[in-house]
Amino acid sequence: MTEILLEAEHLKKIFLSGKTSLTAVDDVSFSLREGECLGIVGESGSGKSTIARLLTRLLEPTEGKIRLLGEDITHMSGKKLRSVYQKMQMVFQMPAESFDPRRTLGNGIGESLRNMGISRKETGKKVEELLVLCGLTPEYAGRYPHEISGGECQRAAIARALAVDPLLLICDEATSALDVTVQKQILELLTELKEKKKLSFVFICHDLALVQRFCDRVLVMHQGKVEETGTPDEIINHPKREYTKILIDSVL
Amino acid sequence: MNKEKKVTIRRQKLRNNHIRGKLLFFLALAVLLLMIAAFAERLCPYDPYAQNLLEAQQPPGISHPLGTDRYGRDMLSRVIIGSTASIYAALLLVAIITVAGTAVGMVCGWFGGKVDALLMRISDIFLAFPGLVFALAVAGVLGGGVQNAMIALGVISWPKFARLARSLTLAQKESDYLMAARLAGSSTPKLLIRHILPNIAGPILVTSVLDIGTMIMELAGLSFLGLGVKPPMAEWGSMISDGRVMLQTAPWMVLAPGGAIFIAVMIFNLLGDAIRDYMDPKQRNREQCE
Repeated sequence: MTEILLEAEHLKKIFLSGKTSLTAVDDVSFSLREGECLGIVGESGSGKSTIARLLTRLLEPTEGKIRLLGEDITHMSGKKLRSVYQKMQMVFQMPAESFDPRRTLGNGIGESLRNMGISRKETGKKVEELLVLCGLTPEYAGRYPHEISGGECQRAAIARALAVDPLLLICDEATSALDVTVQKQILELLTELKEKKKLSFVFICHDLALVQRFCDRVLVMHQGKVEETGTPDEIINHPKREYTKILIDSVL
Repeated sequence: MNKEKKVTIRRQKLRNNHIRGKLLFFLALAVLLLMIAAFAERLCPYDPYAQNLLEAQQPPGISHPLGTDRYGRDMLSRVIIGSTASIYAALLLVAIITVAGTAVGMVCGWFGGKVDALLMRISDIFLAFPGLVFALAVAGVLGGGVQNAMIALGVISWPKFARLARSLTLAQKESDYLMAARLAGSSTPKLLIRHILPNIAGPILVTSVLDIGTMIMELAGLSFLGLGVKPPMAEWGSMISDGRVMLQTAPWMVLAPGGAIFIAVMIFNLLGDAIRDYMDPKQRNREQCE
């Protein structure tokens, strides 16, 4: 039995704007074992991205608990939280926007290493290794985000996420902004990394086919709630809930 | 088709060169102005403070290109020496309010909440004050002088930068790259200084360069009213005030310092415009794509 890496307990997020409130995530619980890949699917606005931001503590949960390796990280802040980010990283939906437009890719990829107190020289070396690992050439370290294509930028974003050797990678629609061929390449890269580095994934995606290929377990979300969970084959071949059926039918 | 493409690329290049040329031109003029102000004492053909009543009120001519004032002091020398007080006071003032305003604005935008509300209400109060009235009040309490004029203008002007920096910070705050930087373990000061500041510096720089001209005018205005530079010292505003009574008979006494103010303000305003054109992100991208 492998260890439980990440645990979410009754997560709830309510957004307040003026007098109206919106429950984006409503009582979501799940756990993720080491080396496992959990897919989260659902339509736009079902709370998938909010979950990603709650897990990485970029948003404060209204209620509930998040545990990483048994440690409660729900209310951590400052230095402690920053050390949590050495175990958990995230890849964003829009590759170009996830890099500072005024800094080079190398600078962005090496930022976490520099923050850990690693020397400039060593960081440079590591950045080049990471770029090669993610299928780019070392020259990309000196380029700016607007100078390269979306696919290349997403590879660089994955390189950045891997810089700290995390245990868990959260991919928030990491392939959605890319066209199909590039999507396939990125997915191949992630699969390769999964095997090479024994990474665990929370793979947020609206494309059921991708999830089926990549994930061990799937969470179907609808209006902030978990509709059902199971292996991809179970969900796709024998959906139990009405909403899951609709979701699968809409894929053609 | 191919020819057409070539033509558009050429036109773009010309446009880019034009923008860069404009920037360099006004930058050179501004530097020239600063150099004049810096080496004013050596550039003066006459002693700007030496009175020579025999040559009083001479119209512009060969020996005195801009004429003399009613004490026979050379106007050209006085305009040159006056640039030091006018330009450097304005520069220093703009530098201080830019830094202070930006710092306050970034803190407000980033942290929000009570700090933001408090500091923004304070800035509202100063924004609501008419500048000149406040300067008069400060002069009344602290007395006249360049320093007090600068204090008055500084206290009145920082909220503009605070507001600008605040709104720019708010716009950057939720961006993906900042989230990514947070995930990379950057602390709040690092996020503010290394990521937000470079990304909001463009518009702030443009505003502050445009503000140099305004400050030159306002300082001259205060000196004109006798709240800035003390009389024997040459300063454009006070020189206009001196020459005002003789406007009918000796217009050069007003025209020389007035023209100097006009030129200095123009140069800094056009420099600000040129920087804005140059910094336009679309322009930048196009340039780098080539």
